[in-house]
Amino acid sequence: MELSLIVQNWQVFALGLWNTLWLVGLALLFGGILAIPLALTQAYKTPYIGKFSLAYSYAIRGTPLLVQIYIIYYGLGQFEAVRNSIFWVLLKDPYFCAVLGFSLNSAAYASEILRGAIVGLPKGLIEAAYACGMSRFKMIRRIALPIAYRRSIFAYSNEVIFMLHGSVIASTITIVDLLGAGRRLNSQYYVTFEGFITAAVLYMTIVAFISFAFRLIEKRYAIT
Amino acid sequence: MNKITSLIGASIITLIGSSAYAEDIVIRWGTEAGYKPFIYKTSDGNLTGFDYEVGQAVCEHLKATCSWVEQDWDGIIPGLLSKRYDAILASMTITEERKRVIDFSDPYYLAPAGFVGKLDAGLNDDETLAGKTVGVLRGSTHANFILAERKDVVVREYPTQDEVWLDLVAGRIDASFVNQIAAQEGFLNSDAGKGYGLFGKAYKHPSVTGDGIGVGLRKSDTELRDTINGALEAIYANGTFKKINDKYVPFYIGTK
Repeated sequence: MELSLIVQNWQVFALGLWNTLWLVGLALLFGGILAIPLALTQAYKTPYIGKFSLAYSYAIRGTPLLVQIYIIYYGLGQFEAVRNSIFWVLLKDPYFCAVLGFSLNSAAYASEILRGAIVGLPKGLIEAAYACGMSRFKMIRRIALPIAYRRSIFAYSNEVIFMLHGSVIASTITIVDLLGAGRRLNSQYYVTFEGFITAAVLYMTIVAFISFAFRLIEKRYAIT
Repeated sequence: MNKITSLIGASIITLIGSSAYAEDIVIRWGTEAGYKPFIYKTSDGNLTGFDYEVGQAVCEHLKATCSWVEQDWDGIIPGLLSKRYDAILASMTITEERKRVIDFSDPYYLAPAGFVGKLDAGLNDDETLAGKTVGVLRGSTHANFILAERKDVVVREYPTQDEVWLDLVAGRIDASFVNQIAAQEGFLNSDAGKGYGLFGKAYKHPSVTGDGIGVGLRKSDTELRDTINGALEAIYANGTFKKINDKYVPFYIGTK
């Protein structure tokens, strides 16, 4: 172990840490927003859209994240039509492709967690809401979603950690994330472990913070 | 007087002897014919290519009797050690690992590093490249060189060189810094590489190109090694190398 190498290159790791954090943060945010309609349309079997949501989450959960990212990043870039379209300004950027891919992926998993929680709500609760004169929309907004959220917290903390670990794929599309920083250190100084171990320690630290945050949230909000 | 004549006589005999010895040199080259344009076969099955002509030029210079033995790549070092042939002439890169088992001649060529980009983009490897995006193979000597030497460019690292070419064509990067021979064979000669080309200097810094390409020899054959080194020196000096170079590769790959 050459600790001095790691200290000398702290800037690369700081950059990697920053990139990992904001990529995962944005992906969870957009994924979380997209998960709501996906979960609701499936749980309430909305005509057509419900089937589409089901197909979407099946397709995303049925393929590896690496494949999805490659299709978005390298696949789309193969088509002249895509390269000449206005979307190319965005798709040209590896960061955009990463956020897009991670968000679409996270949405599928999060929607499945949320759908399960909605479907599992006690029947009486829903009936009571309707009996109080709530419209369906109001029932979802005031009763179903808030309770489903609180019942999803345990499962969702796992999804957050999986998303963090899945984000290493960003390093395959030229982004210097935490793993990318570790790889760069390894290849630049011909060392085997130093870069990976530093990245691993930093990932574990992030996970510790995530777990701690979810403990607090669970204490305050979780219901089983 | 007698003494002098006998001395001259002796030296004449030595001279004839040594030249007779030279004519007795036999070199069996071991090679693997699947690396265009360095060593490959013509449609009628004859060996040809850069390595082949270097070998023939060495033999011609030494007035040696040469033959070629073909061997699959994974058995090429064992074949040398079991004396199926005397020297490997197959674009073999000189590495520390191989040096533990066999000996090498002086490098006879090396693959210079250089930039590849769109020809009409007006790029050069000077200030015009500042702020531009350059794609490299992650972990390659080329990546490390450019990360250390060109702080003014944005470096993007890729898992394989094929992906660098994809993004160069897609327009995500402006250039790649790469082994020039790999660029020529893997990209520029293909349809995708039309309109692209090498620009700027040919970089021959040993930290990028390594120790170059040498003739592989048995460790015990120091005499043959010195003979081949001498012959290589000579074909460089008399211009033969340059001629062979120009015939097969569109840029200079010589070590001198």
